Amino acid sequence: MKKYTYTEKKDTRSGFGAGMAELGRKNPDVVALCADLVASLKLDAFIKENPGRFVQCGIAEANMIGVSAGMAIAGYIPFATTFANFGSGRVYDQIRQSVAYSGTNVKICVSHAGLTLGEDGATHQILEDIAMMRAMPEMTVINPCDYNQTMAATIALADHNGPAYLRFGRPVVPVFTDADQKFEIGKAWMVNEGKDVSIIATGHLVWEAILAGEILEKEGIDAEIINIHTIKPLDEEAILKSATKTGCVVTAEEHQLNGGLGDAVCQLLGRNLPTPVEMIGVNNSFGESGTPAQLMEKYGLNAASIASKVRAVIKRKK
Amino acid sequence: MELKQLQDTASQIRRDIVRMVHGCQSGHPGGSLGCADLLTALYFSEMKIREEKKEDGYLSFSRAGTGEDIFFLSNGHISPLFYSVLSRRGYFPVSELASFRKINSRLQGHPATHDHLPGIRVASGSLGQGLSVAAGMAHAKKLKGDNSTVYVLMGDGEQQEGQVWEGAQFAPHYKLDNLVAIIDWNKQQIDGSTDKVMNNRDIGAKYEAFGWTTISLEDGNDIVQVLEALHKAKQLKGQGKPVAILMKTEMGSGVDFMMHTHKWHGTAPNDEQLAKALEQLPETLGDY
Repeated sequence: MKKYTYTEKKDTRSGFGAGMAELGRKNPDVVALCADLVASLKLDAFIKENPGRFVQCGIAEANMIGVSAGMAIAGYIPFATTFANFGSGRVYDQIRQSVAYSGTNVKICVSHAGLTLGEDGATHQILEDIAMMRAMPEMTVINPCDYNQTMAATIALADHNGPAYLRFGRPVVPVFTDADQKFEIGKAWMVNEGKDVSIIATGHLVWEAILAGEILEKEGIDAEIINIHTIKPLDEEAILKSATKTGCVVTAEEHQLNGGLGDAVCQLLGRNLPTPVEMIGVNNSFGESGTPAQLMEKYGLNAASIASKVRAVIKRKK
Repeated sequence: MELKQLQDTASQIRRDIVRMVHGCQSGHPGGSLGCADLLTALYFSEMKIREEKKEDGYLSFSRAGTGEDIFFLSNGHISPLFYSVLSRRGYFPVSELASFRKINSRLQGHPATHDHLPGIRVASGSLGQGLSVAAGMAHAKKLKGDNSTVYVLMGDGEQQEGQVWEGAQFAPHYKLDNLVAIIDWNKQQIDGSTDKVMNNRDIGAKYEAFGWTTISLEDGNDIVQVLEALHKAKQLKGQGKPVAILMKTEMGSGVDFMMHTHKWHGTAPNDEQLAKALEQLPETLGDY
């Protein structure tokens, strides 16, 4: 198992803020919009350096999406920001008509996705957003795993022409990917090559997958770990290649089982390469208040759960 | 364009509308007819648009519209009007109007950019979104130092959508005095009169309270009055406030049996009704 270490923990939303700061300096077409959550989205540096290119929209997300679409038509590259809950379900129709169907170059960048939003509870813990955005034609969906990858994804989005949904989170998590990584939209990242099982993870679950790999290694299980940061378009080739090699798959995401990464992987495998799959995710329920760690444990979204699903799926191999 | 020409153009556009809706036996003639004079005045007189032509003779359309006045149709269901105006203005062949709402057409039931129909900048139809998009365009023009004007047309029933008021709050906050919102105040919506379905009360007072300057347009089916209101709106530029024109129109205007009722909001005429309608609308520019 390839060794991954970290020297610090940082929140992925700060990676977004750092990416925006860099875009502010190098791309004059980038504008940022926010619905009264500037500090949460870590936009301070961008706003300080580019006050004229920031549009405070107040607590009016639907209008923010429309304003973003209008600015995109005029030639700007709007990054519309809020919490994931308010940047997906609340404005689904606005995104659908004014952004995706209209092909406007709007980047919807959302923080506090999933259970790790923590204490605020289920009203804010969106676990259906990947499903919604995946279902929408023309939409690119990205869920990076740490600070560096989020920063790289943010910067890459400015050069990608078309609607996109970038999802990241609130808590500090290990920074384990390269600071100077090249982010390729739609391209899986091979975290660890292995032969016994493919663990396909996204977002905060990638680090947990690495920890699971270490647990499994001690049991003599050689896990292949793939980071799918771009859920749509899915890197089908990488997944099929890995599943062909290992013969079984475990997916892991901080999202509902319905409609998320696991669903996308199952659809791909069912059509092309029927393979036993076990899935880590929230099973048709809302979240609740608690610390991020408590919630991830209670809902089975951690290394121990991944390892246990791996043991189960290996038994199902023919 | 002189007044007589504008009136003749509006008459032809009205013919196009009823013929298009008849041709596919679906669509929304009422509001389309009611706003025909406004869109004629905008596209054939008031708006400064790019006149450059492509090799095929049709207008060269730039979606970004830099330096151009821009029109957004928020109440997208009056698409027959929009398509007729765009084709008659030279964006695409009038013959294409025959494809309205039919399979494999660029003229979708509600306006769409998906098939790159020249003249359309954003999809609309799901109500309440156009004002926000127009405000974004107006804000972008301000940032770019582009002095042109952005227009958006909404229905009065559409004012029931919450997002309209988010946009109404945004535009004065950013002092978008390059934005003109026109509300088609025909007092009708699908389920009946707006007073009965969901009383809008004093729409003008609401916009005023939100920080807009309002203009009352008493007869939006009189092109002279429409032009006066549009000129007045342009004169208000530079005063730091967006402008709302409350435009009273008659749904179905120009076709007697389609007026004074909400029945023709989304109903197509049969052969007999079409003939009766066309008798009232002189063919001035040649049917498609």
